[in-house]
Formats: sequence, C-alpha cells, structure tokens
Amino acid sequence: MTRRLLNNRNLSILVILALFVIMFGWGSVAYTGFFSLQNFLNLFIDNAYLLIIAVGMTFVIISGGIDLSVGSMLGLSTMLSASLVQKSQLNPLLVILIVLLIGTALGFFMGCLIQLFDLPPFIITLAGLYLGRGLCYVVSIDTIAINNSFFQAAAHSQIKLLDNSFISPSVVIALVVIAAGAYVLRFTRFGRTIYAIGGNEQSALLMGLPVTRTKIGIYALSGFCSALAGVVFTFYTLSGYALDGKGMELDAIATVVIGGTLLTGGAGSVFGTVVGVLVYGTIQVLIVFQGTLNSWWTRIAIGFLVFLFCFLQRLFETRKSTTAVRRIAPQPAASASAG
Amino acid sequence: MPSVRSSSQSKLVWPLAALGCLLLFNFFFTPNFFHMEVKEGHLYGNLIDILKNAAPIMLLAIGLTLVIATKGIDISVGSVVAISAGVVAILLGGDLAGQAKYPLAVAIVAAVLASTAAGVWNGILVSRIGLQPIIATLILFVAGRGIAMVLTNAMVVWLYVKPFAIFGQGYLLGLPFSIYLVAGLLLLTALVTRRTAIGLFIESVGINPVAARFSGINAKNILLGVYIFSGFCAGVSGLVVCSTVMSADGNNAGNLYELDAILAVVLGGTSLNGGKFYLLGSMIGALIIQTLTTTIYAFNVAPEISQVVKALVVYGVSLLQSETFRRRIAGVFVKGRAVA
Repeated sequence: MTRRLLNNRNLSILVILALFVIMFGWGSVAYTGFFSLQNFLNLFIDNAYLLIIAVGMTFVIISGGIDLSVGSMLGLSTMLSASLVQKSQLNPLLVILIVLLIGTALGFFMGCLIQLFDLPPFIITLAGLYLGRGLCYVVSIDTIAINNSFFQAAAHSQIKLLDNSFISPSVVIALVVIAAGAYVLRFTRFGRTIYAIGGNEQSALLMGLPVTRTKIGIYALSGFCSALAGVVFTFYTLSGYALDGKGMELDAIATVVIGGTLLTGGAGSVFGTVVGVLVYGTIQVLIVFQGTLNSWWTRIAIGFLVFLFCFLQRLFETRKSTTAVRRIAPQPAASASAG
Repeated sequence: MPSVRSSSQSKLVWPLAALGCLLLFNFFFTPNFFHMEVKEGHLYGNLIDILKNAAPIMLLAIGLTLVIATKGIDISVGSVVAISAGVVAILLGGDLAGQAKYPLAVAIVAAVLASTAAGVWNGILVSRIGLQPIIATLILFVAGRGIAMVLTNAMVVWLYVKPFAIFGQGYLLGLPFSIYLVAGLLLLTALVTRRTAIGLFIESVGINPVAARFSGINAKNILLGVYIFSGFCAGVSGLVVCSTVMSADGNNAGNLYELDAILAVVLGGTSLNGGKFYLLGSMIGALIIQTLTTTIYAFNVAPEISQVVKALVVYGVSLLQSETFRRRIAGVFVKGRAVA
C-alpha cells in the first residue's frame, strides 16, 4: 500500500506539495503578515485566470501536445468582452457566451489542422498566437475600460468566508473548472482516452479509441479554457488591452510541468497543476514581501523550478524505463517513439 | 531518385516564388518600392531597408536552421538576444559623453560569450540530460528575459558609444554593415556544413538519432554543437539589435524573434521533423517575412495587424508542407501521385 502511494505520479505531487508548504511556511516565518487565510486565498484570487488556463493546458500536455496560443486567446477574449460590452452595448451574459464560443471555435479550428493534416501542434498553435494577438488589434488598438454594471459587480463583489476573509466570484469559476477538469480527466471516457493518446497514440488508435475526435476536442477545450480565463481576467482588470496575457502560455506550461505532468504526455493530473499554480503565486508574493528584489526574479525562479522538475522527471523516467526493460525483455529494447 | 543538388534547388523554388510574388505585387501596387538612391555614399531604398531590417532574424535563422535540422527547436533565442544586448549595455555603460566603461572589443566578446554560454546550457539539457528541446529551451526562454532585466536593472539602458553603432547603423562600401555580418556567417556556416561531413551528420541525427549513433556518429556532441551555435548566432543578432536602437531594453529586445526566426526556417523549406536543411531557404524565408511587413507598412495598415497576415501565411505554408494535405488534395484534383 505504501508502495502504491509512493509511486512516481504520487511522489511528484507530494514533492511539489511539500515545496509549496515549505515556501509558504518560510514566508510565514520570515515576514510578518504573510501567514493569513486571506493571503492564502489571495493566491487563488490573483491567479484565477492562470488556474483556468493551466487546467486546459494540462489536458493538452497529457495528450502529448502543446498549446502556445492560450495567452493571446486570453488577450483576444478580454478585447472582445470589453469591446462588445462597451462599444456595442450588448448584454454581458450574451457577450460572455459569444466570447466562449469564439475561443472554442478557434481551438477547434487549430485542433482540426493538427489532427486532420498531421501538422505539428507547436507550429499551428504558434500561428494561433499571432492570429489571436493580431485580431486583438483588429478589435481595437487602444485600451478599453469597462464600466458596465455587471462586470463591475463581478469585479468588486466578495464572497465572505470565515473570519473576514473573502474570495472573488472568479475564484468560484476557477474552482468549478478545476473540479470539472479533474472529474473529466479521471472518470470519463474522454479523459481516459487522453491518457491513452499521450502514452502511445499508435496503440490508442489500434485499441479502437476515438483518437481524432478526442484530439480535436482537447484543443477546443483548451480554447474554451483560455476564453473563459479571458473573461475572468476582464473581471480582474476591468478593461481590455491588446497585450493582456503576453507570455502567459509559458507561465501555464511552466506551472503544468511543475505540477508533475509529463511533457512527453501520458501522465499528469489537474490537482498537480493547481499546486503548480499555487507555487507560482507564492514565489510572486514572496518576492513582493522581500521588497528589494525586482519582480523579474520571479521569471528566473520559475525557469529554475521548471529545470528542476524536468530534471527530476527525467531521472524517474530513465529509471522506470530501465527497470521496465529489465522486467519485460532480456534483449535491448529500442524505445519506439510515437509520432 | 533526384540528386541532392537538384532536390535542394527544387526546395528553394517555393520560397523564391513566394518572395517573387510579394515583390511583383509591390512593383505594381506600391509606388517607388524599387526606388534606390545614393546619399552620402550609401545606398538607400526599400530593398536595402528590407535587407537591413531582416538581418537580426536572418542571423537567428542561420543557427536555428541547424537546430531544426536535428529535429530540435530553440525558443530561447529571443531571450538570448536580450541577454546579449544587456551584457553589451552594462559593459559599455550609459555614459552620456560616449565614454565606454570597458573597451568595445571586450564588451562585444563578453556579450557573444554570454550568449554562447546560454547555448551550452541548452545543449547540455538536450544532449546530456535528454530533455525535449522545446522544454529545455523553454527554461531559458522564461528565465533569460528575467536575467536580461536583472542585468539592466529593469531599465532601458541608452548607449552613446559611437563606434558601437556600426553593427546596426553602419555602412561599408555603400551597404549596411549588418548585411556583411549575415553574409559572412552564412558563408562560414555553409562551408562548414556543406564542405565537410558535419552537415550530413546533422541531417542524419535529425532523421534518426539511433541509427546515426549506430553508424558511428556522436549524436550527443552534434546536438550540443548546434545549440551552442544557435546561442552564438543569437549573441551576434543581439549586438545588431542593440546597436540599431543604441539601447538595451530587456523587456522588448528580441521579443517574439524566436517565432519569426522559426517561421523563416520553416518557410525556407526546412521541415520541423528534422533532416534536410536549407540555409539559403531560411534566408529567403526571413526576407519574405520582412517584405511582408514592409508591404503592410506601405499600405498604412496598423503594423500590429500584420500578425494576422503572418498567421495565415504560416497556416498556408504548413498545409503545403503536410504530406497528408497534399495527398488529400491530390486525391481530389489529380489522379496519381502528388508532386512534392
């Protein structure tokens, strides 16, 4: 039983969880005012959009793909929301629906290109990055501030919890996305197929799993998540700006990797990703509390963490594959690479 | 089976045709596009501008072509450009009188060395630790810009050291100096890869690393080498970028250059699946991107919107390069085999 608990997947989540506890604990000891329920909740409030994007990215990466378009899709969603609400004066709920539909459609489009024409996800979503950013400027070159009452309410309302602490409605949305993501990934046919594709696409195909449909679905899902994150980001900033979410695709990938999802696909979890985002948020807060370091150290720290976790994953991977080879076959097995 | 030479020529046909179409379009629709004049002994004109503005991307694309030929990718080059610019800036210092803190040569060598070191780091991660190239270089992509910002203390450092301006603004024999840099590096790379077996080694690692290893090629060192070279190219590119604007801006220097450079390589006919590479094709690819941008400027479209056009071009080119797509199209229109 302990053996099962300590298998690779759980181990990497335990390591990241321990890292989070250590970092948060260190902050609590070193800085007064750091340790509070509100400060912990702020991690969710300030990173709600990143959580949502990272959940979508987890799906993509587990399938062995990558989605570089999420940051600019977030930007596009904020621009569209702001423009439709402010300039076209549409009903906010209708606007959100339109934005979500557009995000999903763009994701679906990229998924089709990737799957139907066998194109590299890297290039297609990279073009998606350009496309999203360019479309932002087509919508408007200037920042659009939002004074719509619905968006104002969503931005400023607080949901009280114990002891005067509160969360924002965005956190509720993020938590729903996380719960839904975790459920879909673990307990539905769609989710299990994603693991199978990430493990070995050829085998998944031979097993008769719906690979085409699932892969297109994954990118559509990621598009949906980035659009939703864009809406949440609009709640956060109450404006649309064409450079919103610049570089966020890499933040999302970094947090997913830190959360223990294998970049080669086939393994990972939504829970790990959530802890990855929390670690990311804690680093930022720590640097703010520290005061003298400039905020760019966050990027260096994140880069270092990505390195550390990739390195550890790689160690586990090699050990696993050598033991597996020893167990199964006496002859040297050349690892076949899935396309 | 076509010979290597003719197949490489046929690969260059498509990018050249695309560039030709763009130029032809400009010939008819953009007034004075081909106008050139000599001012103070220098050539001026749109075509020279295109060459000059494409230089940083061309430099990056030379290194990236080799990386992509090994089925790798280096997305850290944009950040390395920022590091290179940052190192030059702090070593020259922002003295208003134009007094350099350290000699120019020291600053330049240090910047290129720092970038090459970044390449060594990428190379070790890919070749020795065995990380996927995109992830290995993702680390520096994220951290590199942070390093550049920390170097310059998150400020834009302005340079007033006159001689340094030659890289981005200088002229030699009537042509921009940066063009000579590109030509020199290109020639050197072409000589080393085409006149020795190294080019073949790189291609074989890209096609099948295991087979390459079994045939006695030290695949690990080849991989290490191409990433180091890519870092070096990014360093030189950083000098040009920094010198063009005479400032180092850790946040914006080289921003999104990695994407343009990768696009240039792909447009030039080198496949992301590794294998055959076309240095000249990558150069044409970079020129296509720059001509596209210049054309869009000439039509007074907001420069930012050019990204939409760029995206559509990428989709189009990727589709053309896709076997599956060609087969399907061939199945619809032509009976028989699609001509690649």
